[in-house]
Amino acid sequence: MSLVFAGVCSHAPGITGREERAPKDLHDGFYAALDGLRQALDAARPDAVIVVAAEHFANFFMNNMPAFAVGMAETYVGPIEDPAWLRIPRREVKGAPDLSKRLVEEMMQTVDVAYCEEWQFDHGIMVPLHFLDPDNQRVIIPANINCQGPPLTPLHRAWAFGEAIRRAADKVPERIALVATGGISHWPATPDSGRINEAWDRQFLTHWAAQDREAMLSYTDAQTYVDAGQGGFEIRTFIAAAAAARGSGTLHYYAPIPIWAVGCTVATLEIA
Amino acid sequence: MSLYALSKLLFDLNRNEAVKTAFKADPREVAAGYSLTEEERGALLTPDIGLLYVLGVNGQILMHFAALCGIEWSDYLQRMRDGVKTHGPVRAGIYALTTSPDEKVAG
Repeated sequence: MSLVFAGVCSHAPGITGREERAPKDLHDGFYAALDGLRQALDAARPDAVIVVAAEHFANFFMNNMPAFAVGMAETYVGPIEDPAWLRIPRREVKGAPDLSKRLVEEMMQTVDVAYCEEWQFDHGIMVPLHFLDPDNQRVIIPANINCQGPPLTPLHRAWAFGEAIRRAADKVPERIALVATGGISHWPATPDSGRINEAWDRQFLTHWAAQDREAMLSYTDAQTYVDAGQGGFEIRTFIAAAAAARGSGTLHYYAPIPIWAVGCTVATLEIA
Repeated sequence: MSLYALSKLLFDLNRNEAVKTAFKADPREVAAGYSLTEEERGALLTPDIGLLYVLGVNGQILMHFAALCGIEWSDYLQRMRDGVKTHGPVRAGIYALTTSPDEKVAG
């Protein structure tokens, strides 16, 4: 039918794995915002949810790194991490191979997408699903943008991927939701974990909410690395979501939560 | 090429249950299947998280290896800082330390 929902959220493993170490007000505020995002997703009554992720070597490695990948499997399994460490039980997630195939066929008209009949979810998808699909009911189609192994997917190509997702979603009869998940500024899994550039985050989110394509695409990886860490490379998922939704964004929650290593973010976009 | 092999080993270990089981039973045997330098092999088998970090292993791969070794989060962060103090700056990759080795950011 069409794209019926577009939202973004953070996915840092500390959100669940180090849950109790965050100050209570921040913890409760962010968890409530994720709950709100779940309710908004449910209200859109999607038949399938495309999760645009920035995975961390759960599937893709430097032996054969795709700029873009889309899942086409019957089922997916995650998390690859120790469930006790991430505090998210392992689950088998329903896929939709036929729907994936139709979406990928359309996306490929403009973007060279790798398709994957095998895919294991890491925290990048499992943390969002833990909150957005707690009962494991939803049909999920994972998508990935290379934000980890340089050379990274160029930002303008992330935008083109978002456009392709939109075109594909509008072409199928099913109701498609999109959830993009990533940074924004952070230095995860390094000794700098907890460093967050709030001003940089808010500036980027302002561009993002305003659909300021030129501003979003003017970021360079060299400067992002300095200002926002390697975690900042994940703005690609936000950019793809903006391109897919076309409408303005609303920031529902943003707060730096250092022990969770990221500026915790929940936002949605109008579908226009 | 060698950092690639070391990273590939850890990638395989993180995502593949069979490799995990084999590594727990005989880590040397698993390591023998990858083209590692002596320094890399030593860092892996010790395991020396700080040296693996300095060698340039991507943090997203190293974080899971540390968890697999049963190393608690704050201890993991400290081991990387200690690694930089002992072995010098991170030699490759995009996960270099940007604060002082003596600074503690969070956790």
